[in-house]
Amino acid sequence: MEHRLKANCSKKQLREIRAFVEKVLKSHAMSDIEAYQIVLAVDEICANLIIHSHQCNADESFEVCINYKDDEEIIFEIVDDGMAFALNQYSEPNLKEIIHKKKKGGLGLMLVQRIMDKIEFHKRNNKNICTLCKKIDKT
Amino acid sequence: MVEIEEKTKDDMLQLVVVGEVDASSSIYLDNAIRNAMESGNLKILVDCTGLNYISSAGLGVFMSYLEDFKERGVRFVVCGLQEKVNHVFELLGLENLLKIVATQREAEAYLNGTQA
Repeated sequence: MEHRLKANCSKKQLREIRAFVEKVLKSHAMSDIEAYQIVLAVDEICANLIIHSHQCNADESFEVCINYKDDEEIIFEIVDDGMAFALNQYSEPNLKEIIHKKKKGGLGLMLVQRIMDKIEFHKRNNKNICTLCKKIDKT
Repeated sequence: MVEIEEKTKDDMLQLVVVGEVDASSSIYLDNAIRNAMESGNLKILVDCTGLNYISSAGLGVFMSYLEDFKERGVRFVVCGLQEKVNHVFELLGLENLLKIVATQREAEAYLNGTQA
């Protein structure tokens, strides 16, 4: 079963997105810490998309889709038609440099990369799709 | 949504953070820390016992002031992180860059120089 949420490109929507993801995750057994981290990864991608691809324009929207693959993997798709993100041009920032330059941003994708098993950005039917995969730990 | 209460105890400024700090609400944490620093406080404690969620926007706020604290001689400590929140700090290794302790008592001892 696919779970789907349409959201406006406003930072205020992030709370609703987190509640939606949390509710879906709660229907499958998972530790609080793992659920929190998965919610966080989706939140980070959505926040980047709202701020950088859509400049917080609440008239624009995107979708978050959640699918379980054989109860072994959760697959998230974040779908929009804004400016595409080029993951191949991204290099992980150096923490000491972030501190030195007093920057507030740059940590989101680092977190997503540590939490998720796979991150992909691609185009489908002229839409940008960000796919996040997480294997479910059954131990 | 986040609520931040300011408390003064002796020469310490305490910021009690309750709720969620995300890309939407991190501005409130940012303002509270900036005000605390610019008011000349040299001992700042952030009590996160009631912090249920933090995203990179909130972590970034803490990181962005570390250099200022060093320049101004401010002692800064975070305490009371819930386990799930603490894990997020650890994912990036921030516990090595920021003073984080378990309890308020430990945080006060750190600020008063009675504990390493």
